Amino acid sequence: MNLLRYIAGRLVVYVLVVIFALTVLFFVPRLGPTDPVEAMLAKVASQGAYMDAAQVDALRQSLADTFGLDGSLWDQYGAFIKRIVLTADFGPSLSMYPTPVMELIRNALPWTFGLLLSSTLIAWVLGNFVGLLSGWKPNSTSSRVMEGIAICLYPIPYYILALLLSILFSYIWKIFPLTTTIRGAPWSWELITSVVWNSFLPAMSIVIVVFGWWVISVKAQTTALKEEEFVRYARLKGLSDGRILSRYVLPNAILPQITFLALQIGLMFNGSLITEILFDYPGLGLLIYTAVLQGDFNLLMGTISLSVIAVATATMIIDLIYPLLDPRIRHR
Amino acid sequence: MAKFLADAPFRLYLGVVLVIVFIIFGGILPWFAPGDPLVWYTAPRNQNPSAAHWLGTTSLGQDVFWLLTYALRNSLILGLIVAGFSTVIGVFLGLAAGYAGGWLDRVLSFFMDALLCIPTLPILILMAALFGGQLALPIIGFALVLFNWPYPARQVRAVALTMREREFVNVAWFSGESSVRILVRHIFPYIAGWSAANFINTVLVGISTESALAVIGLSSAQQATLGTMIYWAINYQALLGGKYIWIGSPVVAIVLLFIGLFLVSSGVSMRSSARRMSI
Repeated sequence: MNLLRYIAGRLVVYVLVVIFALTVLFFVPRLGPTDPVEAMLAKVASQGAYMDAAQVDALRQSLADTFGLDGSLWDQYGAFIKRIVLTADFGPSLSMYPTPVMELIRNALPWTFGLLLSSTLIAWVLGNFVGLLSGWKPNSTSSRVMEGIAICLYPIPYYILALLLSILFSYIWKIFPLTTTIRGAPWSWELITSVVWNSFLPAMSIVIVVFGWWVISVKAQTTALKEEEFVRYARLKGLSDGRILSRYVLPNAILPQITFLALQIGLMFNGSLITEILFDYPGLGLLIYTAVLQGDFNLLMGTISLSVIAVATATMIIDLIYPLLDPRIRHR
Repeated sequence: MAKFLADAPFRLYLGVVLVIVFIIFGGILPWFAPGDPLVWYTAPRNQNPSAAHWLGTTSLGQDVFWLLTYALRNSLILGLIVAGFSTVIGVFLGLAAGYAGGWLDRVLSFFMDALLCIPTLPILILMAALFGGQLALPIIGFALVLFNWPYPARQVRAVALTMREREFVNVAWFSGESSVRILVRHIFPYIAGWSAANFINTVLVGISTESALAVIGLSSAQQATLGTMIYWAINYQALLGGKYIWIGSPVVAIVLLFIGLFLVSSGVSMRSSARRMSI
């Protein structure tokens, strides 16, 4: 019963947070000193497209529709929220007319999700393994070296690491491709190897930073847990180190990481945006960048709204499953 | 202070040294620049490091070394201002929420949770795209403060909540001390260490976010910051041309500066938590 109330409470907060986020998105274009519609028209004109007055007027009207500029501020606000929440319709892309924005996003999302998910998983497994081992023997040389490396890696922003990796492995030592070009028929072996090959450097830039953090935090957890009564008891029972680590220490060291993950998802998403742009990786980040360069405001509003909602949702989901994973919180 | 330095952990020591080096680099050296390093063609183009140009020159005829000092100065100023405002606002609102409770706490907590869920960079990209392609540094700073105060606020609120129930706060209250005095004298010492660590961390986040925006050309490219240096270097094909020092110097500066800031912030928070334990 308590759990149900908890979930209901979080869901209400989640809905409010999404509405708040959309409200921010609604007001950002209205805060600016420039009229976004005129700015957009100027951008289109500056790109050399010739349009007569009637076409300009038609475009202005369609942009006004997109931004929902008709009616009072309240009407605009209501229409904006309704359009995004109920229909998820962002209109056609202006630079790739008439492809709908949602279709472009649908094509890009698997790339971003795949990149974030696989690199987080790899970093998680590696980070836990190294963190546990070095926390178990915190004063050994190898553990100190590992922590030193982790401390030096963690503060580096993802995009700086992406730049460093591309300088080292694409320019100086030319083993990985500079930009992403995927080859091969759908679901063929060639396609899979091509995807892995092209994703390697972008993924590494995320893996290395997240790995650094996990080593630091798991090591601190493990060192503290080692002194707990239940671990001492397990040792007195004569259990092996491996069993104590995997059955007694690991579950307790993992839990605090979940909260960390919830706080970190936004930062990781920010990082992956720039990483994608630097590597020409066909995910959401590159799509946002294309939208900015082309002045494609439908695409821009769509991608930004969606990424904000996605990050808020991911944070909330993690928040929700936390009590399911930690019995101590569940029974409170 | 002397005692503090004497038993400071090694990482704090190393971090402080690194940060001080960068503060000298960005805070004092720009005064000695032979001219405005931003101006194009004030130096021969595409030079390798030499006695006259310690880190070489850019394809635009700028001296990389002096450009770097200007970039560091602007990035540090931005980071410090963002961190200063975020920390002050965050500590104040966190204390208010935790200490006052009730509806004020609920409203403030909601805003903290909501703002923490919203990724900053997409919002900044949207603003940049809408406001003419590039964002001025003050606007970036303002937006960063808006999205970064909830971190200290949430932590301070949690501490303030537990403090309300503590005996010595009650004793102070019943012996007639004012709320302000209780906050300053009894509660603030508990959050000072953590706030200092968070302040330094926010400097890092501020510089990092501006640079991220700058690398894709959406910060004000006419100002020298660590990010815009990278942007110009990429834009003028410094990598394809093999001019690794041009692009490498801001990259290395960011890496070392951030390692230094992180060492200081984690060192400070380790120290302050150790001291809390010993009380």
